[in-house]
Amino acid sequence: MKLTKKLSAILSNNMYAELAKRNLKRQSVRTVLAAIGIIIGVIAISSMGILGNSLKLSVTESFADIGDKLIVSPALGEDYITDKQVDQIRKVSNIESIIPVSTSGEVIEYREGGTTYQSYVSVYDIEKEDLEKLVELEDGRFFKPGSTDCVVGYSVADNMELTLGQKIEIDDTKLRVVGILKERGMGFDISTDSGVFTSSEMYNKLYPDEDEGYDEVIVIVKDLDEIDAVSDEIEERINKKDELVTVFATNMITDSLDDVFRSISLFLMGIGSISLLVAGVSILNVMLMSTMERTKEIGIMKAVGASRKDILKMFLLEALFLGVLASTAGAILTIGGSYLVMELLVKNTSYLFTISSMLYVAEGFFFGIATSLVGGMYPAWKASRMKPLDALRYE
Amino acid sequence: MQQEKSSPDTARKKRIALSANSGKKAQKANHSTHPIVQLQNVKRIYTLGENKIYALNGVSFAIKKGDFVTIMGSSGSGKSTLLNMIGCLDLPSSGKVKVNNVDLSKLDDDGLTAIRRNNIGFIFQQFNLIPTLTALENVEIPMIFNGESPARRRKKALAMLKNADLPLEYANHKPNEMSGGQQQRVAIARALANNPPILLADEPTGNLDTKTGHNIMELLKELNAAGTTVIVVTHDPKLEEYAHTTIRIQDGEIIE
Ligand SMILES: Nc1ncnc2c1ncn2[C@@H]1O[C@H](COP(=O)(O)OP(=O)(O)O)[C@@H](O)[C@H]1O
Ligand SMILES: [Mg+2]
Repeated sequence: MKLTKKLSAILSNNMYAELAKRNLKRQSVRTVLAAIGIIIGVIAISSMGILGNSLKLSVTESFADIGDKLIVSPALGEDYITDKQVDQIRKVSNIESIIPVSTSGEVIEYREGGTTYQSYVSVYDIEKEDLEKLVELEDGRFFKPGSTDCVVGYSVADNMELTLGQKIEIDDTKLRVVGILKERGMGFDISTDSGVFTSSEMYNKLYPDEDEGYDEVIVIVKDLDEIDAVSDEIEERINKKDELVTVFATNMITDSLDDVFRSISLFLMGIGSISLLVAGVSILNVMLMSTMERTKEIGIMKAVGASRKDILKMFLLEALFLGVLASTAGAILTIGGSYLVMELLVKNTSYLFTISSMLYVAEGFFFGIATSLVGGMYPAWKASRMKPLDALRYE
Repeated sequence: MQQEKSSPDTARKKRIALSANSGKKAQKANHSTHPIVQLQNVKRIYTLGENKIYALNGVSFAIKKGDFVTIMGSSGSGKSTLLNMIGCLDLPSSGKVKVNNVDLSKLDDDGLTAIRRNNIGFIFQQFNLIPTLTALENVEIPMIFNGESPARRRKKALAMLKNADLPLEYANHKPNEMSGGQQQRVAIARALANNPPILLADEPTGNLDTKTGHNIMELLKELNAAGTTVIVVTHDPKLEEYAHTTIRIQDGEIIE
């Protein structure tokens, strides 16, 4: 607050600033044309950046569990993850939690009046405490250990029009639905949305032959930076002699997605940069013309005591003004325009107001100013080098 | 040519006090034994294709501090070229120019800028005001380059305009809203803005009618009386009466 006051005082008192303002006004048509050049450039760069970023966000968002998890599954030719292997994983440091998972594909039924609904689901055996780390409830509660309760995924409930308290059938065994989960999207660990989760006792009753081991183990690491080290250590401990398990880091996908979208964004912003280049040339032109036009004035200023630096300062300040004004307009138009487009086309503006999208706007903004300064540099330098007498004589 | 409105023959004495301290800075460096301007065998040669034009062909003279000098000569005799040398707007092809006992040939661009800024006030025949700026702002310009604070330079510019007898209501007028005489007064105020010890005027009355021209010369005379060294270039013999010293030039050479 204090600073802006001070700054505006400096600007209003500063004759260099005053001169720059007046000179820009004096050639208003040309100034506006140059400004339009920058505005288009800024819009191009930042909206292309936002486009790339939104694409990336919308894709990565559909993967629910990207990040801090390792999935340990049996290697090719192995059937289970054994308890002994789980114990070995426990010895690895930097692990937040270890979640052994047993699962079976199943067709479940639900009868309502005369109709029978059928759905293909994955039935899971995950400890209640562990399950709470992976999923969130939309409605109801988690199952009690030893009970015939179950919790169903969002798609299961949605497809079969299940509500709390209703009973589903698996192989003639009835399970009572006590909880419905929030929609989570695709996952590498468990298929939450098409899952049915029940107690260990119930699961073992349903699948009595499957108590030799687990289908996978989800490992949550303490620190994302340690994920590669943890992965390596698990492989080292278990796969010492034979390849018994494979370890999959879910952030691998983010890394490659990042790469892909970084290239897309760069490509799009490259297109934007071309328009800024054009803007730069037009600023160069505007400033050169105005240098020529003001040759005599430069001569006068030199005659009354302006140094090269003074002249340079005046012209650069003009370019800076032009750049800041036009870039601000460009940034505002970009945000407003993107908001409208997103609101009208996808009815979701959340990708716009993210740090990464705003960074692209900032990038466009600063590129706009830089372009203006670079375009103004040569004319300013040229003006400052003029001989006073030659400049004075210029008509 | 326009007739001036103001009648500047009255109430002059006050402002003399204001300009009496002009050139204090320069005086310190300069012990009065040295001439304030000194030229030694100065030549300025223009080369146009095969032809060489000797605009100045070996000019030597010295000007005392506090003098009022007219440089007389017909058109094309080299007067402007000569004045531009002293004003650091142009450099000689050979020979030496000393201002305040400083050899200009030894100075770089910044050094020359400093001389233009603090030691010389320049008045042109065409006034050469900056068209986008008001009278007051035009006078502020040299002080901006001299790093004067906004408040101080505004105050000083007003005093300078008053000193040059510009009616105050013109302070916020642009040059194209003023008569020639008024513009020349603004130009004089601007030339004096940084209190230079030397005032150079190249045909200052050339674009003015006789009466206005006379008023401007009176003003220069008073500034000289207050301590400023004034050098006026003209082809008008009538202006000789204002001068203490007259230097005559013909074809690039001093003839008297
Ligand atoms: N830039 C220039 N190029 C070529 N010749 C010039 C230039 N400036 C002045 N001259 C010549 O030098 C001579 C002196 O010019 P100047 O000093 O302007 O004369 P004055 O001011 O006495 O009328 C003239 O012959 C003029 O044509
Ligand atoms: Mg001349």
